Amino acid sequence: MSNTVPDPSPDAPPTPRAPRRTDWQGLVYVLPALGLVAVFFLVPLGMTMWMSLHDWPLLGNPRWIGTANYTRLWGDTSFWNAMRFTVIYTIVATIGLMGVAMALALMVQSEGRAITMYRTAYFLPVVTGFASASLLWAWLANVDAGLFSPLVQMLGITEGRVNLLARFDLAFWSVTIMVVWKMAGFYMVILMSGLQSIPSDYQEAARIDGASWFQRFRWITMPLVRQPFALALILCVSGSMLAFDQFYIILNGGPRNQTITAVYKIFNESFVSFRLGYGSALSVVLLIILMVLSAIQLWLLRDKGDK
Amino acid sequence: MAAPYTPAPTARGGRIKGHRIVFHVTAVLVALIFLAPIFWVAMASFRPTAMSLRPPLPPWPTDNFTLDNYVRLENFGQSILHYTANSAIVAIGTAVLTIAVALLAGYGFSRYRFPLKPLAFVLILSTIMIPFQSILTPLFLLLARMGLQNSHLGLILVYTTLQLPFSVFMMKNAFDAVPKEIEEAARMDGIKGMRLLWQVMVPLVVPGMVTSGLFAFLNAWNEFLAALVLLSDQDKFTLPVLMTAVRYGRYGAVDWGAVQAGVTVMMIPCLVLFLILQRSYIRGLTAGAVK
Repeated sequence: MSNTVPDPSPDAPPTPRAPRRTDWQGLVYVLPALGLVAVFFLVPLGMTMWMSLHDWPLLGNPRWIGTANYTRLWGDTSFWNAMRFTVIYTIVATIGLMGVAMALALMVQSEGRAITMYRTAYFLPVVTGFASASLLWAWLANVDAGLFSPLVQMLGITEGRVNLLARFDLAFWSVTIMVVWKMAGFYMVILMSGLQSIPSDYQEAARIDGASWFQRFRWITMPLVRQPFALALILCVSGSMLAFDQFYIILNGGPRNQTITAVYKIFNESFVSFRLGYGSALSVVLLIILMVLSAIQLWLLRDKGDK
Repeated sequence: MAAPYTPAPTARGGRIKGHRIVFHVTAVLVALIFLAPIFWVAMASFRPTAMSLRPPLPPWPTDNFTLDNYVRLENFGQSILHYTANSAIVAIGTAVLTIAVALLAGYGFSRYRFPLKPLAFVLILSTIMIPFQSILTPLFLLLARMGLQNSHLGLILVYTTLQLPFSVFMMKNAFDAVPKEIEEAARMDGIKGMRLLWQVMVPLVVPGMVTSGLFAFLNAWNEFLAALVLLSDQDKFTLPVLMTAVRYGRYGAVDWGAVQAGVTVMMIPCLVLFLILQRSYIRGLTAGAVK
């Protein structure tokens, strides 16, 4: 701490900044990205609104019908059934995912060679992709060539064969379990990054004061992982609300069309029945519901001052 | 990994050791549950055709090891190599284009001041708020009109756009972390413009580029819905779309052996890439979580 050595950083006058030129060169660098966003995002977004006000078949001329798609949608029980199914799935999947992810994150938050290996193992299903995971699950759940039916018989749970995918409740749970298996590692990493940012002396001090594991979890861990938890929750809810791959690939909407999700319904209207205008109207409604949901979550989990 | 021998364990030490054994046993069992399905499908893909219609207990071939399941994927249009190449073209194309576009945009946003800059930045980031599933219907029409429907280039452009909010944000942060002095020194040496970006800056933001490229590759390789909607010729299919066709089977019969082989082909590159670039992946994932 001698004053003879010049200390450049804190007390020295700020180094003169290079004059940041206000010119168009920066815009040139940004232009390719802006172009892509304009063409493949803004234009289709605007078109969605526009198309939703038309009767728009794949072939033939679109016809302006005003809000008729929306009035029809209001009474379309098949859409609201899909919406209800999506919401139920989202609630169940989110509870399952956040619970398992939190348990995993608590398990692997400390450092160590073995812990790093567990972390990698829990994370591996995340990188496999929904299509691969769904195909894999479709096979394992298949009554003839799969694994679950003989396993259940071997364990003596039932006598006969079990077709997991033929009954609504079993199909629903098996797909949800697949999603928890595939995605838990993803949310584990997000929650873990929050857990690791908690200074360890907080836990230590509470331990010395005689706080139980649960008390420490409730009053120290949870409040401090609020931000990553909010992020994980929002990603999980919006991701589940957009579920398609797993229900299309594993169940193909069955049994008896009971597992059609909102995106699946849009897919059916637009690309199976080719009612592009009606599909667009459904998209707009789904979009509004998603934005409202995200806003509610942000509001509920907002940072309350310095707490 | 043998722990050093601790003499005369106290009661407390003993209890902690017991806890640790319970912990590690649990952790290993959970790890096995997470890894089992991947291991199971990879093993089963080498069973002979006749066995693929029977329950996979055990998953590995009991009489002879065979690649029949892979060979049989030939029967669905082109060979499996052709579809793997389709997926690779789309995924690598997306990764390269994403890196290039995000590199330029990140540099522009980090180092320049220009009119409407905040608006442009918010515009690119805001695309993350709106799911592509809700604009897929017009995207289909738009690409058809541009002659890009049913083409890998169209898919690459769409996937790249979807990657932009994440990768532009990533690259802007990477450039922000580079000290201004480095550029100033280079400018004094007479290096400027694209040469400055390419020769001086790019080597300093390689980690950000790797992370952006890795996410772009994996997302494009695994994407299903847009590929299902936008590709109509079977010989253009990417692996997920092809395998869905295989899974539904022709004439109602599902060839589970072929499904196992296809799933294995789809999963292996992702697992290998992740294991090599784990650090980049986790950094990308946690970048959004902590502040």
